[in-house]
Amino acid sequence: MYKIVEKRELNKTVVLMEIEAPLVAKKAEPGQFIILRTDAQGERIPLTVADFDRERGTVTIIFQIVGATTQKLSMLEKGDFLEDFVGPLGKATHTQGLKKVAVVGGGVGCAIAYPVAKKLHEQGCEVHAICGFRSKELVILKDEFEKSSSKYVLMSDDGSAGEKGLVTDALRALITSGEKYDEVITIGPLVMMKFVCQLTKEYVIKTVASMNPVMIDGTGMCGGCRLTVGGKTVFACVDGPEFDGHLIDFDEAMSRSNAYGEFERHKYKEACNLFNKEVK
Amino acid sequence: MPNMSVKRNIMPTQDPNVRNKNFDEVALGYSPEQAIDEARRCLNCKHKPCVGGCPVKIYIPDFIAKVAEGDFEGAYEIIAKSSSLPAVCGRVCPQENQCEGKCVRGIKGEAVAIGRLERFVADYHNQNGAKAVLKPVKNGHKVAVIGSGPSGLSCASVLAKKGYEVTIYEALHTAGGVLVYGIPEFRLPKDIVRKEIDGLKELGVDIQTNVVIGKTITVDELIGEYGYEAVFIGSGAGLPKFMGIPGENLKGVFSANEFLTRINLMKAYREDSDTPVLRAKKVAVVGGGNVAMDAARCAKRLGAEVYIVYRRGIEELPARHEEVDHAQEEGIVFKTLTNPVEILGYNNPQDRRDPKNMSVCGMKCVKMELGDPDESGRRSPHVKEGSEFVLDVDCVIMSLGTSPNPLIKSTTEGLDTQKWGGIIVNEDGLTSKAGVYAGGDAVTGAATVILAMGAGKTAAEAIDQYLQNK
Repeated sequence: MYKIVEKRELNKTVVLMEIEAPLVAKKAEPGQFIILRTDAQGERIPLTVADFDRERGTVTIIFQIVGATTQKLSMLEKGDFLEDFVGPLGKATHTQGLKKVAVVGGGVGCAIAYPVAKKLHEQGCEVHAICGFRSKELVILKDEFEKSSSKYVLMSDDGSAGEKGLVTDALRALITSGEKYDEVITIGPLVMMKFVCQLTKEYVIKTVASMNPVMIDGTGMCGGCRLTVGGKTVFACVDGPEFDGHLIDFDEAMSRSNAYGEFERHKYKEACNLFNKEVK
Repeated sequence: MPNMSVKRNIMPTQDPNVRNKNFDEVALGYSPEQAIDEARRCLNCKHKPCVGGCPVKIYIPDFIAKVAEGDFEGAYEIIAKSSSLPAVCGRVCPQENQCEGKCVRGIKGEAVAIGRLERFVADYHNQNGAKAVLKPVKNGHKVAVIGSGPSGLSCASVLAKKGYEVTIYEALHTAGGVLVYGIPEFRLPKDIVRKEIDGLKELGVDIQTNVVIGKTITVDELIGEYGYEAVFIGSGAGLPKFMGIPGENLKGVFSANEFLTRINLMKAYREDSDTPVLRAKKVAVVGGGNVAMDAARCAKRLGAEVYIVYRRGIEELPARHEEVDHAQEEGIVFKTLTNPVEILGYNNPQDRRDPKNMSVCGMKCVKMELGDPDESGRRSPHVKEGSEFVLDVDCVIMSLGTSPNPLIKSTTEGLDTQKWGGIIVNEDGLTSKAGVYAGGDAVTGAATVILAMGAGKTAAEAIDQYLQNK
């Protein structure tokens, strides 16, 4: 059992939890992920590591309430326990030798982009962070990103926070103004990453995208997390989760990600009904 | 006077048309009377060929003699000397190629049903046996076992009985490895696996779940800072193989590993499970091994019409005869001498957002013919000209084997592996690294439960020798 030592709501649908998991905390690096289960009937869900504290022996996760499992997870409080918490899985973000990087995050993906930006910043790399959200209420980790970057650009779809527009608009503006990046690292919704990668391909800037496909074991056994990268089948859990964004078949990944859409909507409704009953 | 009937006692099973709709165990086991009657068929012959056919060398005629006397606990004690998982092996061993394959009674009739007797004895013990376990006296040596599948469990069991302090590290949330995530409930009830594992815990074996060796802790750390004097790697099968044909990443294509894990480990067939599994209408399982049979029979139980698609003939199916028979009885259709060439995906040109887009809507196959035997002695199949056809399915399960997990290999310095990834060991299970042993699928590639158990046992004996002489 793994204790929840801290819980904070970052906005209405995004929750931060700090979990006591000393073995995972000891090894975790930005870019890696963990798998958790809330209870004995729960499904295994992968979540990317948002932060870790080796001394406290804790790992921070940030998740958006999108389905039954994240709904259940959000109902747990500080002091409660998770049934299972395993990791760190996947390969760490490659940060060595990078001098100037644009980190492009979208929505809850910013939570995953943040430790990467932080690590790059700490090792003396110039970081430009571009974070996009639908609207002002959904903005997360603004202060943290500002501290870990030399340039922070906030974008929103409706213009209620930062500038109005997409992260790709901001990235294009920076590139055309003459900024030269060794690499672009993008983490967010698949469709956003797809367009970030299309843009950087145009300008021939190496781009890494962090993928979060459907997974069960997460250790290289089930093969459910397979993606096509450069025409070859790869497994996100052991070969990734980060891949060369110019080679990823995003359309296939988007299709595979909604394979259980109907089941998830149904289970989510069940979980919400249960929650509403408890509230009453 | 032995029972000279040429036929063995039939083991009762659930009716095929009932069982293909539930996940309860198919075979129901012998009654005490049937067990005694069957045991009396054993001639107790002097040269005991059956023992030679058993990878863990159970004293077969001795335990059978006890069954014939009605001393079932006595029989259990004899089996337990050699095997740590009799209730499992009695169910899933390919006995027809092992002990029973060597049985003298098999020459002029049917072999003694050794597997069924083993199962009977183990089940009898689980229900009636004395629970008190004498904890072995600790000898002060620590050994780590990676993986809680058949090889790890048998290695841990042998070492624990000798007094070693054994810790098993398991990557998943439940111990048991393939016995839990792979083999379905109807062939091996999970309660039985749990009981066998509880038995190990009573012996003092510590099981740490949710620890991925190679990620959470490395093998070198186990030997260094954790202070284990020896390590056994039984990490099992790894990434599933695919055919490399178009359409394999469509929605509705699974590896057998994924499909079975959803059903067995995550209990996706039950209403109260949060893990989904596709409820397909027509399923093609590609492959002809035991895992393919398991996947097909699971799909059938979820309500689908199921085909086994295999490129050689029915005679060449690598699965156990019993599994093939059970699958056929349950209504699974065998499309042998058939090979897939492409999986077809649905595409609605009017609506790019149609959620059905990129889902399986058929599988293009060709018919095969068998040519002359190749070096391996198997007749190699080749394509029959102009035989292409489309099999109407909405789900495809690839059951083509696995390649070993890369996590340990890539994080353990000095651990030699074969080109295809299998860990290289000597006859004792020793790897290229001092104090590090390995066995099971991580060494051999996909094989059987009993071979993995045999490897675990061999390595345990070698670890004991190594640490006693250190």
